[in-house]
Amino acid sequence: MAEIAESGGGGHDKGKKRAKKSSTRVDMTPMVDLAFLLLTFFVLTSTFSKPKVMSLAYPAKIDKPTGDAPKLNNGITFLLSKDKIFYYTGEFYPADRPGKDGPTKLTETNFSASGLRKVLADLNSYVLLRKEGLVKKVKAKQMADTTYTRELEQLKGKPEALKVLVKTDDKALCKNFIDLIDEVKIAEIGVIAPVPMLPAELKLLETELKK
Amino acid sequence: MPKIKIPKSSPSIDMTPMVDLAFLLVTFFMLAASFRPSEPVTVETPSSISDKVIPENMIMVTIDPDGKVYFNLTDPEARKETLKNMASLYKVSLNDEQMEKFSLMSTFGCSMKELPAYIDLPGDSRKEFKTDGIPLDSLDNQLKNWISYGQLAALNTGKTAYEEAKQKGLSPDAADFKPKFIIRADGKAVYKKAEKVIDVFRELNLNNLNFVTSSEYNPNNPN
Repeated sequence: MAEIAESGGGGHDKGKKRAKKSSTRVDMTPMVDLAFLLLTFFVLTSTFSKPKVMSLAYPAKIDKPTGDAPKLNNGITFLLSKDKIFYYTGEFYPADRPGKDGPTKLTETNFSASGLRKVLADLNSYVLLRKEGLVKKVKAKQMADTTYTRELEQLKGKPEALKVLVKTDDKALCKNFIDLIDEVKIAEIGVIAPVPMLPAELKLLETELKK
Repeated sequence: MPKIKIPKSSPSIDMTPMVDLAFLLVTFFMLAASFRPSEPVTVETPSSISDKVIPENMIMVTIDPDGKVYFNLTDPEARKETLKNMASLYKVSLNDEQMEKFSLMSTFGCSMKELPAYIDLPGDSRKEFKTDGIPLDSLDNQLKNWISYGQLAALNTGKTAYEEAKQKGLSPDAADFKPKFIIRADGKAVYKKAEKVIDVFRELNLNNLNFVTSSEYNPNNPN
């Protein structure tokens, strides 16, 4: 093998035969091949096996719910089904007990950046606009980043900030749920509550799904 | 005309530096890579923008696409302790060898009745073990017992690890040593199944849960 390299340049020898000189060089190509194969394997496996976690705090379970559900101001409710998502804002008004604007109607959206993300960004503009101001202050070194995190947390808890309720039917997938929570976190929403679906809401969702 | 001399050069290149470098990198990645023990179930998790890395001391419940539930506890000492408590509760007799084997295993998903047979299987054939996962219905909620014993044991081992770190003169954060509760649900699993597992955690008053996700691009924090 080692001779191949030497005879490759020997076009000018004019057919002269020489005694073969044994070279001390070893052909390293197979070894290099193997080394790079292993290298690629380890590079790929070690970078792709780092799972991340997304934390979600649930409210403590209360044995007996006291009275009616608290009135929800500035809230949005998402109804999840398999790869489908609907929402309504504010309180829920069933068909037999309509509110001032009549019974609640569901709006369909999707999991893309132009769908769900836009809806949440529009409704949560109170927090997002103020967050931009805070980011500018941090960039101009007028505010420490620890103060920034604290202020942002306070902002998320204000009454003007959007609150999100998530209700799922029997067919919704874990992926849909995680995607929604993810979008909610992107929109800097602090209050997320997964709650069971009301029978009236389920009925409304089913009629909407049949369309 | 002057003759143009073509420099004769051998086409063979000295590859030694390249090989040196390649092997250096191979060695580095070999040592740096941490191999996960083989799991009986492969789960494809959804993606999220979260950049929190999975914690060391954890209790993980896995939900596969069919909705079967699996349990895992990272700390070997806590595993042994938990198994001891579970075995006496469900009156399953296990010998010391099985206990030792169990403490080094990873995720498992079988009822207490099936557990001795599952432990005795060699590592490769555990994947083919036919089971319905850990029972968690209201009549036979084994998952609840696994979690409640598991978190007590993990809390104890975390405490000793914290004391050890303190004695070494470090200033450890107690929160790092507490067990974290992780749900690893397959993206295709039905959410109601995950909700059942979440309810088991909440019944035990463990409300801070984490979902395993793969990372994705964050529009708020592009870097």
